[in-house]
Amino acid sequence: MSAVSNTLTNASTPTSSTRAEKVFAVVGNPNSGKTTLFNGLTGMRQKVGNYPGVTVERKEGTCYSQHGHRIRLIDLPGTYTLTAHSPDEAIAQDVLMGRRNDTPRPDGIICVADASNLERHLFLTTQLLELGLPVILVLNMIDDATHAGVSIDAQALEDSLGVTVVQTQARIGKGLKKLRLAMSRDNLPLPKWEFALPETFQRALDATAQRIRNVQKCPEAFARAEAWLHLTESTPDELHPNVEPTPQAITTFAQQIRTELAQHDHDWKERLVGERYIQLSKVVQKAIERKPEKRPTPTDRIDSVLLHPLWGGLILGLLMVGIFYAIFSLSALPMDGIDAAFAWLGDTVNAHLPAGTLRDLIVNGMIAGVGGVVIFLPQILILFFFVALLEGTGYMARAAFLLDRLMCKVGLHGQSFIPLLSSYACAIPGIMAARSISSRKDRLVTILVAPWMSCSARLPVYFVMIAAIAPGAAWVKTALMFFVYFIGTAGAFAFAFLFKKTLMRGESPSLMMEMPPYRWPTWKTVLVVMLDRAKLFLKKAGTIILGVSIILWFFVSYPKNAEGESNIAESYAGQVGHALEPVTEPLGYDWKVNIGLLASFAAREVFVSTMAIIYSVEDEGEDTDSLAEVLRGQKHSDGSPVFTPLVCLSLMVFYVFSLQCLSTVAVVKRETNSWRWPLFQLAYMTVFAYLAALAIYQGGRLLGFS
Amino acid sequence: MSEVRPLSEIRPGESGVLASFSERTRNLLRLQELGLTPGQRVEVVRISPLGDPMEIRLIGFDLCLRKSEAQCIHVRCE
Repeated sequence: MSAVSNTLTNASTPTSSTRAEKVFAVVGNPNSGKTTLFNGLTGMRQKVGNYPGVTVERKEGTCYSQHGHRIRLIDLPGTYTLTAHSPDEAIAQDVLMGRRNDTPRPDGIICVADASNLERHLFLTTQLLELGLPVILVLNMIDDATHAGVSIDAQALEDSLGVTVVQTQARIGKGLKKLRLAMSRDNLPLPKWEFALPETFQRALDATAQRIRNVQKCPEAFARAEAWLHLTESTPDELHPNVEPTPQAITTFAQQIRTELAQHDHDWKERLVGERYIQLSKVVQKAIERKPEKRPTPTDRIDSVLLHPLWGGLILGLLMVGIFYAIFSLSALPMDGIDAAFAWLGDTVNAHLPAGTLRDLIVNGMIAGVGGVVIFLPQILILFFFVALLEGTGYMARAAFLLDRLMCKVGLHGQSFIPLLSSYACAIPGIMAARSISSRKDRLVTILVAPWMSCSARLPVYFVMIAAIAPGAAWVKTALMFFVYFIGTAGAFAFAFLFKKTLMRGESPSLMMEMPPYRWPTWKTVLVVMLDRAKLFLKKAGTIILGVSIILWFFVSYPKNAEGESNIAESYAGQVGHALEPVTEPLGYDWKVNIGLLASFAAREVFVSTMAIIYSVEDEGEDTDSLAEVLRGQKHSDGSPVFTPLVCLSLMVFYVFSLQCLSTVAVVKRETNSWRWPLFQLAYMTVFAYLAALAIYQGGRLLGFS
Repeated sequence: MSEVRPLSEIRPGESGVLASFSERTRNLLRLQELGLTPGQRVEVVRISPLGDPMEIRLIGFDLCLRKSEAQCIHVRCE
């Protein structure tokens, strides 16, 4: 019953006086500059509690009022409306009504609206005004609006809505001081906007509110807000784990009223939306004046090139090739630096520790294992520099616009673009971003194929293999890179098509995507994206990869033979590797590769650290060549090379398609709420990876390659 | 001198006023929440190079829709 008591305490607490710090929720449409404002208020030095989900969960941060009081800020996922259509939108509603047991009901709402697009953004604003909480309306990107010929009478807005209006340009920090001042006020007014409802609906709302007040003793304004949300509810299918269910007495009653309303008028929800826009237009007429826009706008000019029927696709392709090329050509120097640093570290330990088990563990296990992976930090940084740049400018929406036809053909939802795109970085945020897809079937299809978009954890494997195949030539490397990304994406699309035709049959899904104007990305945002990625990458290297490296070192070093020396072939890991030979021989792998394959089911990068450890233990850490060079030098007992181009290709293809990531399995389990889907996914991806690598290796041999 | 046509058949550069939705419209609620309400002026900006989706302009913002959806939106053109 804690949900009820929780709601009660929150609801009956008038303002913050009883709580140590005020809590504000930041709410707004997608693209309103909400996150920029949030970062501006909390500052870079603040710990922004990043709850799992990144984009689709709430984020928390602390900021200080103009008088130095602590204020808790909750950044909610962008939403067009409070009536939730998809799970990520439900989060806003749940937090604002204090339904979550891990978040208090906010004391006030900071509603962020794009000043140049206020007619639409005020729609959400008015919904927020009906929740019984004080609202600060932030007209963000006010300079852009002025530039576009939109003039806004803030006083008129304050008067007609009864809210405090603050004008900001959050990107450059303009207006944030005024916003802080407004947040520090103890007497923020309650909104006076009232939505004059059609009579039948007014009666339905009154009845539901009364029922809620009977069940949960709460103030009238709160009950009315709850009643409104329960009546207009669109997706009651899945509850967030931190939300406790509404008492049945209320849901049944609301359901009954909804049925009655629908009998009276089938499209009553749509009519309410139209009615809201009509009443809103009176406010808009008084407060907003639009001069006819000068056309073409700068965005129009850029799009006439970037979305050109001919050049559009070509430019997109060139951009991708350019990014891959930059990754290879720019990373060589810093990589050498990192390599030298780890070599120095190994030498130093060798010089200061007596020979023995401990030195072996540190040099051949920990330093070799972690160093083998960390060396790819420059590539990760370069990749995410470009990703941040493309995201910040608004080009990603253009890429979606160019490619949507393909997604549509295979039956993918337009909303799948962002989840699939983020999966190139990491499947985990990608899979969570699928929450924005309203239909459960379409969400599942996206989740099932998302891990085939080559994530950054695969990069170390690709880099080592590519370097082994084509030392030097940056263009060949770029082409190989393009190839692996292409087959991964093509596989994802093909299987999406298959799933849509078999397991998840349903109507062809839709696309509703806003096309934002181009903006200059701020260097701060780009830097934050790069640093975040670097942090994640290094954290993984220092935890999972370090841990697995230690364990692996043990398994490849023991048991020792009669003379007390390690012999990898007879070690525990070696035995397992040998046992797997019959399975992987048709793919061209030897028993050492098998150890790497098996170990990388913990995380894909582990393949690289495993190989580094195996060869490091083997030659007792004396070899200082890069891993790719070491691999190229490996010979079978008959003198033929182990890592032929065909073997490397087969390995890369295996890594493109296999699901070697425990975290992905865990997150799919959580998001689908069952073990069925993650296990199915693991099975189909592994089988397909095996078959694809088999086809590459055997096909290549038939064609006469080695 | 006005005729009602599906939005999907309107060429880039042309505009009209939203008249009605066909009964088969999916996501009607979401479309309306985004501001696609009857009486609203819409202009077709461009069609994607591959022929679908299309970009339309409303007051203050541009929206991309697949043609299968645009088909259900009827627009009165002058």
